[in-house]
Amino acid sequence: MTSSFPEEVLEHVLSFLTSQTDRNAVSLVCKTWYETDRWCRNRIFVGNCYAVNPRILIRRFPDVKSIELKGKPHFADFNLVPEGWGGYVYPWVVELARAYPSLEEIRLKRMVVTDESLEMVAKSFNNFKVLVLSSCEGFSTDGLAAIAANCRNLRVLDLRECEVEDLSGHWLSHFPDSFTSLESLNMACLVSEVSFSALERLVARSPNLKTLKLNRTVPLEKLSTLLKRAPQLVDFGTGAYSAEFRPDVYSSLAGVFSACKNLKSLSGFWDVTPAYLPVINNVCSQLTSLNLSYATTQSPDLTKIVSQCCNLQRLVVLDYIEDTGLNTVSLSCKDLRELVVFPSDPFIGDVDVQLTEHGLVAVSEGCSKLHSILYFCRQMSNSALIQISKNCPNLTCFRLCIIEPRAPDYQTLEPLDTGFGSIVQNCQHLTRLSMSGLLTDRVFEYIGTYAKNLDMLSIAFAGDSDLGLHYVLSGCDRLRKLEIRDCPFGDKALLANASKLERMRSLWMSSCLVSFGACKLLGRKMPGLNVEVIDERENVNSIPEYAPVEKVYIYRTVSGQRFDAPDFVRIMGKDKDAVYNLS
Amino acid sequence: MGPQGLGLEITELRLGLPGAGGGGGDERSEKKRNVNTVVGWPPVCLYRQKVERKVYVKVSMDGAPILRKVDLSCCKGYLELGMALEKLFGCYGIGEAMNEESESCEYIAIYEDKDGDWMLVGDVPWAMFTETCKRLRIKRRSYSNGIGLHRTNN
Repeated sequence: MTSSFPEEVLEHVLSFLTSQTDRNAVSLVCKTWYETDRWCRNRIFVGNCYAVNPRILIRRFPDVKSIELKGKPHFADFNLVPEGWGGYVYPWVVELARAYPSLEEIRLKRMVVTDESLEMVAKSFNNFKVLVLSSCEGFSTDGLAAIAANCRNLRVLDLRECEVEDLSGHWLSHFPDSFTSLESLNMACLVSEVSFSALERLVARSPNLKTLKLNRTVPLEKLSTLLKRAPQLVDFGTGAYSAEFRPDVYSSLAGVFSACKNLKSLSGFWDVTPAYLPVINNVCSQLTSLNLSYATTQSPDLTKIVSQCCNLQRLVVLDYIEDTGLNTVSLSCKDLRELVVFPSDPFIGDVDVQLTEHGLVAVSEGCSKLHSILYFCRQMSNSALIQISKNCPNLTCFRLCIIEPRAPDYQTLEPLDTGFGSIVQNCQHLTRLSMSGLLTDRVFEYIGTYAKNLDMLSIAFAGDSDLGLHYVLSGCDRLRKLEIRDCPFGDKALLANASKLERMRSLWMSSCLVSFGACKLLGRKMPGLNVEVIDERENVNSIPEYAPVEKVYIYRTVSGQRFDAPDFVRIMGKDKDAVYNLS
Repeated sequence: MGPQGLGLEITELRLGLPGAGGGGGDERSEKKRNVNTVVGWPPVCLYRQKVERKVYVKVSMDGAPILRKVDLSCCKGYLELGMALEKLFGCYGIGEAMNEESESCEYIAIYEDKDGDWMLVGDVPWAMFTETCKRLRIKRRSYSNGIGLHRTNN
């Protein structure tokens, strides 16, 4: 059949498949399909930068226009991965520059990016268009200046929650006057003040600018000047949103907001002065996305705003919104798909904020399209979880963080096993789950039995024994990412399910009971896995083999062990001198 | 699940005065502090933690009928807090009084902490103070005999 099917036709058909999962599946059908896919696939996604290496990538895919790389494991966001662990992009950039001079897009997440790397990107790719750095670190504003100065066709410069060494705001002035192709600029995570006139001129000469996210240093009084230059904006992030109330500033701002007929998404609002919030009243009904998670103001102010957002699909807010505010959301935002509620004071046990499980239940009742939840709160009950699971059978992502570790059902003092059990039973499309509260091995039995579509699971302070881990590893057929902290899981379940680990992207276990010996054994027996023991203790060489490691990060790889690891990271069970060249 | 039910409580080592039961109180403040000592918990990403939050506390002064509010997050330390209080109430010298326990100032500053106790401002590190201070009070020094805050007895 394949011989009567011209390659050009196959190539054309495959070009409609954009999802990485689909392209990967296609490449496994037969040799011809593999070859066709590799010649025409030009968007590459590497979920773990150590699972493969640039050489292997370049050999397989000769023509790449867009690449996405992820480095550190997710728990790095919470300070659990020590500084210096790895995730360096430089070696990739060197090879990409050599192999793909017409590369247009680079997206990086949790990687260490240096100014050198940015300079190389700026100088090596003539048609470079998109740079997205998410939770990256290691670079300074000098690197940004190089990008601004050299990338003549840049469309997107998006810095999301990066740790940037902010030397000065001067980098923005490096965009030449002839540069007019900007479509998206996100500088919210930068600290230094940029030249306002340079910013204004940049905005004025960028007719295609759709996304603009300012940093805190751009004052409220200057917002109208910018927005007047860009009424076509779709996604806008304010700077610090505080100023003494002045009617002229207020009406000017309200006026320019009203003129933004395409505005769909708002964010920013640091240090908000509530009196200035109503300037957005006229655009509220246009909004599909609203991020008020830096708006430290009380529930009435927040509620007034959300009550007008009848088309809202995504809401990110602080717990200041309280149950009453969420009740309003449930009545006003009937199109809501995603809800995120962050804690205003995460490190204090008792706060004055009336945000409980009731708010979440209300939203689950009123918003039938809700599919993604991230919720921080201080109390939860099994009955609330059961209700939520029944109200939202289409949940794909459920992340619940009860602030106090091992907190039981506050009404019955029982574990929350049945509540989470109900979630996985009723929500058959669930792909991501994060649990908290008091949980026994039983919840893992539910998860192993019912959560057949689960892709990512995060567990903390839960379980009683290895049985818990065994249920998950043996039951969750689609599980690819598992991250565990402070659970009594040891060697037995891990070793018994070793082959499962090769069908997953990665497993993280910290403050558990996995021993050095087990890690060594796993590393030796499974050449397709890197078993990284991350242990910073001084006497680590004299710790016996049966003692538990601090942290272990296990991931599948075709690249063999890595050689850029610091001394507190040991790749277990691999002969240091042998290179497992599986290519 | 542990030995609580077996009457072994009296054998548990405790920090505290003998006879001071304070089981409930200790647990409560333990609970409040516990969340702070676990690395990476709650799972709020570091970027979000850096956000400074306004910490407004009420300030009352002996003899002044109206309370004021001061934003502790605006001050980087006790000296700046002192300056802010001087601006609000004219209690000159209170900043130095916090740092040095000097008797040159007519006033002293005390604060109510999260446990409900009244403490002298200036004893603990600034960061700890901003987290535990619920409200401030500026007292005339001559009224504070009973608190035992003087270095030398009159």
